[in-house]
Parts: sequence; C-alpha cells; structure tokens
Amino acid sequence: MITIFGIPLQAFLGQLLLGLVNGSFYAILSLGLAVIFGLLNVINFAHGALYMLGAFLAWMGLNYLGLNYWVMLIVAPILVGLFGILIEKFLLKHLYKLDHLYGLLLTFGITLLIEGLFRSFYGASGQPYSSPEALRGATNLGFMMLPNYRAWVVVASLTVCLITWFVIERTRLGALLRAGTENPRLVEAFGVNVPLMITLTYGFGVALAGFAGVLAAPIIQVSPLMGSNLIIVVFAVVVIGGMGSILGAIVTGLGLGVIEGLTKVFWPEASSTVVFIIMAIVLLIRPAGLFGKEK
Amino acid sequence: MKLRTLSASLMMAGLGLVGHTAQANVSDNVIRIGFITDMASVYSDIDGAGGIEAARMAIADAGGEINGKKIELVFADHQNKADVAAARAREWFDQQKIDMLIGGTNSGVNLALAGIAAEKKKPFFAIGAAASDLTGSQCTPYTIHWAYDTVALARGTGSAVVKAGGKSWYFLTADYAFGHALERDTAKVVREAGGEVKGQVRAPLNSSDFSSFLLQAQSSKAQILGLANAGGDTINSIKAANEFGIGKTMKMAGLLIFINDIHSLGLQATQGMQFTDGWYWDQNDETRAWSKKFEARVKRKPSMIQAGDYSAVSFYLNAIKATGSDDGDTVMKWMKSNKVNDMFAKNGYVREDGRMVHDMFLMEVKKPSESKGPWDYYKQIAVLPGEEVFTKLSESTCKLVKK
Repeated sequence: MITIFGIPLQAFLGQLLLGLVNGSFYAILSLGLAVIFGLLNVINFAHGALYMLGAFLAWMGLNYLGLNYWVMLIVAPILVGLFGILIEKFLLKHLYKLDHLYGLLLTFGITLLIEGLFRSFYGASGQPYSSPEALRGATNLGFMMLPNYRAWVVVASLTVCLITWFVIERTRLGALLRAGTENPRLVEAFGVNVPLMITLTYGFGVALAGFAGVLAAPIIQVSPLMGSNLIIVVFAVVVIGGMGSILGAIVTGLGLGVIEGLTKVFWPEASSTVVFIIMAIVLLIRPAGLFGKEK
Repeated sequence: MKLRTLSASLMMAGLGLVGHTAQANVSDNVIRIGFITDMASVYSDIDGAGGIEAARMAIADAGGEINGKKIELVFADHQNKADVAAARAREWFDQQKIDMLIGGTNSGVNLALAGIAAEKKKPFFAIGAAASDLTGSQCTPYTIHWAYDTVALARGTGSAVVKAGGKSWYFLTADYAFGHALERDTAKVVREAGGEVKGQVRAPLNSSDFSSFLLQAQSSKAQILGLANAGGDTINSIKAANEFGIGKTMKMAGLLIFINDIHSLGLQATQGMQFTDGWYWDQNDETRAWSKKFEARVKRKPSMIQAGDYSAVSFYLNAIKATGSDDGDTVMKWMKSNKVNDMFAKNGYVREDGRMVHDMFLMEVKKPSESKGPWDYYKQIAVLPGEEVFTKLSESTCKLVKK
C-alpha cells in the first residue's frame, strides 16, 4: 500500500477531502467578511451570530412552518440579509466616521445579544436538523464513503463564492462598488446612490453568512454557540488572506481547511491552533496578508 | 447514681456551651456559597443556570437561613478556563468571604479550584467534573466529589460493553484533564476484562467538525468507538458518526451521556445506547417530585449534575445546622461522618479521600416507540453498587487514605 508520511494514501485522500468541506465554510464566511471590510471598512464581528441565525432560521422554518431545506436555503439568507440591512441603517451607519474599533465593538455587542437570546430560549446543546431527502446517503469514492450532503456543501459554497468574486471584480456593478469605497463623493457626482449601495453590500455580506448557516445545519448541531466556535478561525483566515481581498478570502479559506484537516491526522491536539500559528507566521512575513496590498 | 447524674448534667451544660459558641461561629454572620460553572458554553445545559437554580432550591428548602444567619449564593461563569475560575475563587475567598465553593462542570477547572479551597481550608464540592484524580492523586482534605467520576463511568459502561462482546476499542477523547482521565480509566477496565485498546485520537475541546477524527477511528478496525468526551462534543461526534455511517462497522459507547444530549439528538439517533448515570429524574416518586419543582423553574428536566447540586448544597447546609458552625474543618468532619439520604442518594457517605459513595445505574436509551414523550428517555438496566463501581480504598492513590 502506498503511504504518505506513514498514512495510507486512501486515508490521506479522505482527510484532504474533509478538509476541503470545512474549507468551504471558511471560504464563504471569510468572503462575507472580506466584502464587508473591503467596501465598508467595518470589522463585522456579528458574522458568526448571523451564521448561527441562518441555521436557526432553517430549523425554525422546518419545525414551525414546515418549510423544507431547499426553501430555507433561499429564504433564510434573505431574512438574514434584511436583518443586516436594519443593523446597517440604524446602527452601523453612524459609526463610519469613527475608528474601526467602534464598528467592531458594536457588532460584538450584537453578537452577544443574539447568542444570549437564542441560548436562553433553546439552551446550548442545540437542535437536530437532518439532511434533505435528496442528499441523504453516501457515495463510495473508492478511498472513502463521502456523504452526499458534504459533496453538495463544497459545490454550493464554491459556486456562490465564484459568482460573488465575478460580480465584484468583473462587472460594472462591482466596479461602481469598488469606486464608491475609494471615493464616494466622486461616484455620487455621477448620480450613484452610494449610501444605498453600502447598505445593500452589508446586507449581501451577512446574507452569505446566513447561507453558510443553512448549509451547516444538517452537519453540526444547530446551536447558539456554533457561530462563536467558528468566527475566530474565520477572522484568522481573513487576516491571512489579506483584509478585504475577495480572492484571498476564498483561496485561503479552502487552503486552511485542508491544512487543518491534515493537522487532525498528524497532530490532532494542535488542530484548533494550527490556523493561528500560520496567521502569526504570515503576519511576520507579509503583514498585509497573502493576497493583500500594502497601503 | 449521683455520679451519673452529675456527669449527665455536666454533659448537658457542655452541650449547651458548645451550642452557644457554635452559634457565634458562623463567620461574618452570613453563610456564603460560591458556585463557579460553565454558564454559556458547551457544558451550560447540563449544569449552568439550571445548576444555580438547583442550588437556590436547596437554600430555599433549608429556609433561607440557619439560626438567623442568612444563606447567600454567589455564582460566576468560568468559561472553561482554569485561570479565570482560579482568579474568581481567590477573590471570593479573600474578599467576599465565601464559606464553601462548588465547582460545576470541567475537570481542569475543578482541579485548580480544589487546590485553592484546600489552601483556604474551606469545603469544596466537585459536582459536574468527572476526573477521578479529584479524589485520587490530587485529593485534598477539603474536596468532596459528589455526583460521579470517570472510574465509575468506566467500570459501569466499560465492563457492560466488554461483557457484551466489545473487545477491541478506539477512543475519541476530549483533549484535557477530563477526557484523559476517562480514557485512562476506561482503557484500564477494558484491558483488565481481556479487551484490547487499538488507539486513540485526542480532539480539542469544542471542535466544530469530528468527521476527520471519526474516519481515523474507523480505519483502526476496532469494534467499539469509546467517546471520552461530553456535552456539545459528544453531540456533534454522534451526529457526524451517523452521517458517515460509522455505526455500520463500529458500535459507539458514549462514556459520559447526559439527558440533555439525548434530548438534543433525539431518540432516533441514540436508541439502544448504554451508558452509566448517577441519577435519573424518573426513578421514583421522590425524584419525580423534585424534578417537577425544578422543571417549573427551569422549563427542563434536571440532569444528574443539577440534581447533584441540590443534594450537595442541602447536605452542606445540614452540616451547618448540626454543628452550628461554618468553620471548614468542623463542617468537613461532620460531612465525613454522616450519611447522605435525599432524593439524589440513599445511604451515601463521604470517604476520607473525599469520594461520596452512592449507587450508580447502567441505563439504556429507549426506542422512539417506547418513549411516552419528551424527557422519557431511559430504561434502567442495572444498579451498580457504589462500593463496587467507585475506586476502592485499597486501590486509592490518595495520600489521605491510610493503608
């Protein structure tokens, strides 16, 4: 049998694939953060809570209204996005002139509120949510049994990531968005409603978190803590990729998922720390992140 | 005859005197209990706010005061960090003058607290923590380990599984004091019963995805997957194991399962699982009556730990009532020489190493068809007598045990 570092090739490939699945979550969450930071200069600490909100909306849709997974995959991100728009309109908007730190503190406060509310209603153990009928079962890939749902997660999140990247980097709308953040006055002079654009951008960024939440619901227990367990890692991903870099967020998210996955085999105890070790190294060598531009 | 009357009256006088000084013996006129547990994270459902409420119920049942001295409860969240808990405990002992400390969940935290309480010469109750080291290598004269421990879990579940033919094991272990202790104690039971341990993987506390660890376990070709973790980690392990079809090649043995985990996962995913528990709400009229009161306050049925919180606080308050003192040594002496008889334990007793010995139970999760509704989850398979299931004094590594 072929082995890599003492591990059978088959097991190695399996772990690589699992890393990719987790990386898909990192990618889509850090993408939302990168979009928001890139265009609003806000460090959105509420991202994890909104991811949790997405998962809970999926659960509520099913249990209270009988709406299935596919409906909620569309509806939950829209609702989370609308909630985000309210946050931006009534709270965040007033902080743009101040230091980044204020946005961070505000969104951190929002996180505590949302998580606390859900914890007091649903407890910390969480609620079960099963995979949709069509994606149950597993496919034998030869080297491992891959649950169909996990394959779907990779496909769905990569598709959304690539569409987002394309819209922002390659279309006229994206060009306006980027221009609006560089020089809002000039863009407004062309007749573009910049404040509205910013509001919608925030709504879209957090909708991505809601989408990731629905994707995660069948995999991990829908619990008020699911966001806070993940958000710190996702922030590290954004820092490593370079704050505000769209492509950086996607590539780094996937890459770190894989690295973390392999760490779980070679040194399981360090799997929760490895991302931060990499972050420290990257910050030492390239303070702006792998894909970031020095300002 | 005269002599006897004389000595009797002297004794009465003596008792009166003792009683009198003892009353003045409650320090700063308040009996203050400190309670540190996980209030918001992985272990907050099994103890947390519900545990605090259980302690409050014990105080209310004691009348809220003893001989005119008010009973107060202070509590804090340890965030599963031993340093946070230790700093808070020191502050409580030094500034708030607490007379007794309760460590909720998390063995790492409890081991740190035990040391501080011993230094301050105040009783310390470990209730939610499992590591047997609390009454083993790291025992203190002031620690009482109340509800359960890793040795009891290992001997209960471990021997039942090996007896049923589960000879080869692989452990998925939470990477801190508790997981290590549970893995160590269970592996010992498995080996002694003629079984074999094929390996283990140690996952950080609060991992979000367990699939990678589970595949490693599966490739070991062991028959039994021993889950040496708890709370949210156990829930997510079982969930991922079902998704990846681990159950087709391995049987899962949950070494520490709480009713909240079953409630959260549902019976479909957990039916037939056997595990060891120290208490279940639906055991007898007494447990049902108390659980009803608890549920009215907390809106959930109590876990073993929450019932243990009530029981421990009640026992401590009984000690103060009987001795009239909140002096650490006096109270410890009383607690180590009187039996525990309440809805949690029958004829329980605290040994010199601090272990509260009481019967444990081998439980099995009901099939969905057997359950009458939410919280009706367990079937009792066997009573595991405390004397057999906890570490015997002859095996103890505690320095307080005279051999």
